[in-house]
Amino acid sequence: MAWVNQDKCAIVGVGATDYYVRGKSWPRTINDMAAEAIMNACADAGISHKQIDGFSYYSTAGAGYLDKFDTASLMETLGMPHISWSATLTSGGGGCPGAIGLATAGLMNEDCTYTVTLMALQQLPQHRLGVVFGSAAPNPENSFLQPSGLVGPGHLMSVLARRHMHLYGTTQDAFGEVVMATRANTHNRPKAVRKEPLTKEQYDASVMLADPLRRLDFCLETDGAVAVITTTMDRAKDCRHKPAVVHAAAHGGQREWGRAFAWMGMPDPHFASSGHKFTADRVWAQSGLSAKDMDVALIYDHFSPMVLMQLEDYGFCEKGEGNDYVLSGKLRYDPATGKGVNGGTPVNTHGGNLNEAYIIGMTHIVEGVEQVRGTAINQVKDAEFALVSGGPASLPVSSLILRKE
Amino acid sequence: MTYGPARALPGDQIRITTNPDTEPFWQAAKEHKLTACECGECGHFRMPPTAVCPECGSRAKNWPTLPGTGTVFSYAICNKNPKNGEDYVYVPVVVDLDGAPGTRLNANVSGCDAEDVHIGMKVVVDWTLIQDDWVLPNFRKA
Repeated sequence: MAWVNQDKCAIVGVGATDYYVRGKSWPRTINDMAAEAIMNACADAGISHKQIDGFSYYSTAGAGYLDKFDTASLMETLGMPHISWSATLTSGGGGCPGAIGLATAGLMNEDCTYTVTLMALQQLPQHRLGVVFGSAAPNPENSFLQPSGLVGPGHLMSVLARRHMHLYGTTQDAFGEVVMATRANTHNRPKAVRKEPLTKEQYDASVMLADPLRRLDFCLETDGAVAVITTTMDRAKDCRHKPAVVHAAAHGGQREWGRAFAWMGMPDPHFASSGHKFTADRVWAQSGLSAKDMDVALIYDHFSPMVLMQLEDYGFCEKGEGNDYVLSGKLRYDPATGKGVNGGTPVNTHGGNLNEAYIIGMTHIVEGVEQVRGTAINQVKDAEFALVSGGPASLPVSSLILRKE
Repeated sequence: MTYGPARALPGDQIRITTNPDTEPFWQAAKEHKLTACECGECGHFRMPPTAVCPECGSRAKNWPTLPGTGTVFSYAICNKNPKNGEDYVYVPVVVDLDGAPGTRLNANVSGCDAEDVHIGMKVVVDWTLIQDDWVLPNFRKA
């Protein structure tokens, strides 16, 4: 059955700061960057930032993993006269596109009129995400994980990738193709951190950080901020750009995935997966669509194997066939035709977290908006539907389908 | 790739904390007994220990002594000591525990070269003294 809020709201503005290599944004403050992203998103929408009356966060309103956003501080900084919606999804980056569903909830409940979803992060030495699990003080829960020396997200993800390789014969060549295929989309993007084309030889020479994963399988560590504005369709029609219509949005997941790689208790086949099957099924049920209907897929890519596993969970290929799907070039975008390659759906036409910037998933939403507006740098021809995913991480993970107006 | 011998991370750099739900597991480890949290009503095992049985909702718990053996379910090979960044080959393993179906521990494995660790490898518990006189279950190749 179609989702009751299908096509009732739209993303009308996107804004970002420059993207800085980890730690290089100082002496800017995190609220300075957040304010710039919000003001840029409002300018893009054609509204004043003083019209914002809702905040729809994810990551438990985290700014990075140690800082927190506070709605009152942001109002004080930006002079917003009042707010009537301030809410967040829990857990971490897995909720990124799900926050647009949260925005829809506030808008459809008539709690607010324009709501902002944002992420800002600044990885000063004491705030580095790459060691976040290891630097956390031991608590009774992580005392069952931390002593193993699985201290970084890359360590944790490598254990899942290893199981996938064992069960399905998946190869490191496929992980490399994820990186190379999406790297090919950044050469023409002024703000991208990694723009040089990547050869297989360069990938194979990349240092092994957590066998089977190499440095280049890990996403970037970036400072910066991104904000997007969501409003109702009637208001969206008065904004500057064509609305990016919220066609479906879901967050959540099932118990077998649960705390995921902070736990490692997932039974097969969930262990060697992205944990997205549940939300994938929900957005397909909400929309009546399936993977083959997507014109572009913006897949959360903190680590290259998790792209492959999401493609399986969303049904771009069968479970266990991700290796062959990826190696047949089906992630690639062909600039000559503006379409996919070999019958595939172009993935991360913006370069993703691996190559463009890592703002905990927000850049994927921005790219989805630009694709359905028809203004993307690597525009997919006649793009009507864009899939955006967030996670894999501890639940909730989330999904969003944006539709062209 | 060739890594050489897999070693457990030094116990003097490892610290844990407990709560009333998890402490019986760690107290048993101090006596070199490997246990897991078993529901006192329905017999379902769960790890890490939590307050309530996820199957039947009971708060009753048993702490049976397990055989101390298990099977490698998955692993990674790491080569830097996470505390100081120095070269240090260790292999975090996810181990399916014998005698407690569905439960796993995350630990280090030793007793073989890192590149010889494989999924399905049989392992046996190996106790590591850590900070504050707690004892951590690691594993050796069986």
